[in-house]
Amino acid sequence: MNIHEYQAKQLLKQFGAPVAEGAVVMQPEEALKAAQSLPQGVIVVKAQIHAGGRGKGHFKEAKAGDKGGVRIAKSPEEAASEAQKMLGATLVTKQTGEDGKQVNRIYLEAGADIAKEFYLSLLIDRASSRIAFIASTEGGMNIEEVAEATPEKILTMDVDPATGLMPFHTRLLNKALGLSGDSAKQMAKLARTLYTAFTKSDMSMLEINPLVVTGAGDIQVLDAKVSFDGNAAFRHKEYDELRDITEEDPFELEASKFDLSYIKLDGTIGCMVNGAGLAMATMDIIKHYGAEPANFLDVGGSATTEKVTEAFKIITSDPGVKGILVNIFGGIMRCDVIAEGVIVAVKEVGLKVPLVVRLEGTNVDKGKKIINDSDLDVIAADDLDDAARKIVKAVQG
Amino acid sequence: MSILINKDTKVICQGLTGSTGTFHTEHAIAYGTKMTAGVTPGKGGQIWKGGEACKGAELPVYDTVLEAKEKSGADASVIYVPPPFAADSILEAINAEIPLIVAITEGIPVLDMVRVKRALDGSKSVLVGPNCPGVLTPDECKIGIMPGNIFKKGNVGIVSRSGTLTYEAVFQTSQAGLGQSTAVGIGGDPVKGLDFIETLEMFLADEDTHSIIMIGEIGGPAESDAAQFLAENKVKKPTVGFIAGVTAPPGRRMGHAGAIVSGGEDTAEAKIEAMQRAGIAVSPTPAALGETLINLLKG
Repeated sequence: MNIHEYQAKQLLKQFGAPVAEGAVVMQPEEALKAAQSLPQGVIVVKAQIHAGGRGKGHFKEAKAGDKGGVRIAKSPEEAASEAQKMLGATLVTKQTGEDGKQVNRIYLEAGADIAKEFYLSLLIDRASSRIAFIASTEGGMNIEEVAEATPEKILTMDVDPATGLMPFHTRLLNKALGLSGDSAKQMAKLARTLYTAFTKSDMSMLEINPLVVTGAGDIQVLDAKVSFDGNAAFRHKEYDELRDITEEDPFELEASKFDLSYIKLDGTIGCMVNGAGLAMATMDIIKHYGAEPANFLDVGGSATTEKVTEAFKIITSDPGVKGILVNIFGGIMRCDVIAEGVIVAVKEVGLKVPLVVRLEGTNVDKGKKIINDSDLDVIAADDLDDAARKIVKAVQG
Repeated sequence: MSILINKDTKVICQGLTGSTGTFHTEHAIAYGTKMTAGVTPGKGGQIWKGGEACKGAELPVYDTVLEAKEKSGADASVIYVPPPFAADSILEAINAEIPLIVAITEGIPVLDMVRVKRALDGSKSVLVGPNCPGVLTPDECKIGIMPGNIFKKGNVGIVSRSGTLTYEAVFQTSQAGLGQSTAVGIGGDPVKGLDFIETLEMFLADEDTHSIIMIGEIGGPAESDAAQFLAENKVKKPTVGFIAGVTAPPGRRMGHAGAIVSGGEDTAEAKIEAMQRAGIAVSPTPAALGETLINLLKG
């Protein structure tokens, strides 16, 4: 689960990280007051969306001006004006796709006197199964590009969960970043703060890019990106408050209410599958036979008739869907339950496109009988290959 | 022979008295698994009674894993405990020196697993999972939630990150008449117990495993590392591979916490290439696993 930059900074500030003073603006009329509340000097005006590349992005609407989603203002009035231009407008960045994202929140922040820019992140390193720090002197850049071009400029170090972050870790960090004296002391303190924030908040990723050293030698968090581990939501009530549902796809949001894992794609064949791996593999085989999947949908291991019905509704509400493939390999899940669910759903929602059903596993004969005995126009498939060929043929004619 | 489990494996169930634990224990008993006891803190002394599926079999329930192990001589534990308590249950099983721990639970916080993984270092336990369908050796022992009826005793070793794709591989090798030595679902989480390499090592050393199917998905370095391991290993067995997620868009998590493409090295294409370089026959579709293996065995 992702949160906005300003939320990430507020969270890190609570843990004691050095973050500049800032204020969030959600309504145009709040902008001037918010800008005036900041210390005198340059103000950075930043569009808050859950996507990177904001500075280099552009707005679709002319009223938002030619500049990107991060702007520099020299006075509170100018800051308020820029904030008002961006609010409600659509920001397109490398990560948003062509449709862009509507900007509903603006963060105003006191400008920093930047001497050096670094990259610093914490994440779960799969290879070591530990929390790892990644640091680089090449701040403000895409870290994947740095890793490609100059891997020697990247420090990766993992932390043993039995010891936690030790002084030697922070010495390694300072050595890699070339810091000494008071800056190094501040950096060591920040590393401890970030490690604590990461573990206490159950983050899955924390990225500070750039982390800066000011002209006075102080360390400051200039941009921050935080993702939480959705599995840990049960012990973090604050996740709910930090969640911005306007950033989420409405279909995916609806699906999540029924514990369905759904991702909308651009193809024509809607899929309903049990298990994430089989769901991905079903998308792949559709593509293999020359068509494109309209979605990823995993009904999970414990689907009920209700869940199957909801899944069906979500798939059929996508106007791009020209055919549906139901592929169930029942392990825990029983094929007869799925078959009944499909029939209830079709009766309730109606069926305007071809439907291919492939059932295998527990109670498969019962399931097939239920489908065959119904008066629905369902194309039965013998196996996955047969199912994929049949749905692609039905859609493409 | 087989790997990890056989007809003599004695299994306890942590979370036996919950509905999931009960359901799957009934089916494990019906399959012939030697289920010996259950553990539910606070319910020690009770007797668990199964339903029709296992002809009303009864099992003693203990408060602690240590007690269950001492009384029943168990050498494996299966865990159906809900996510908030699952890491604690795994750690309790490690503490009790249970040789094989199979964690079925889906949705354990990843930082909990980071601590579990650390506790496994130097322990006497092997962990399979979490978020996995379990382990099954046909006609001998079933630990977890795999449907027993699709299995057939044979010589293909199956290792997979995805549950339902494991079933697909099992089903197809049964249809093809090959059957399985053991199937291991290692689970879809980013931090887990057994990974591909350790499982492959066991299959390569097992004389009843004549060929291998390994099924991976997008995200993480494990499949490419495993392909490299197979390329460099002296012992060779015919191996078929499949990677799910060729069509998955980057940056989107596809159901499994682990199934997300983040860098350039963890795409399906990169993993398929690594497999092909290692001499693994990559199945073109998830429906052709059995066929690809048959063709490979024919030479």
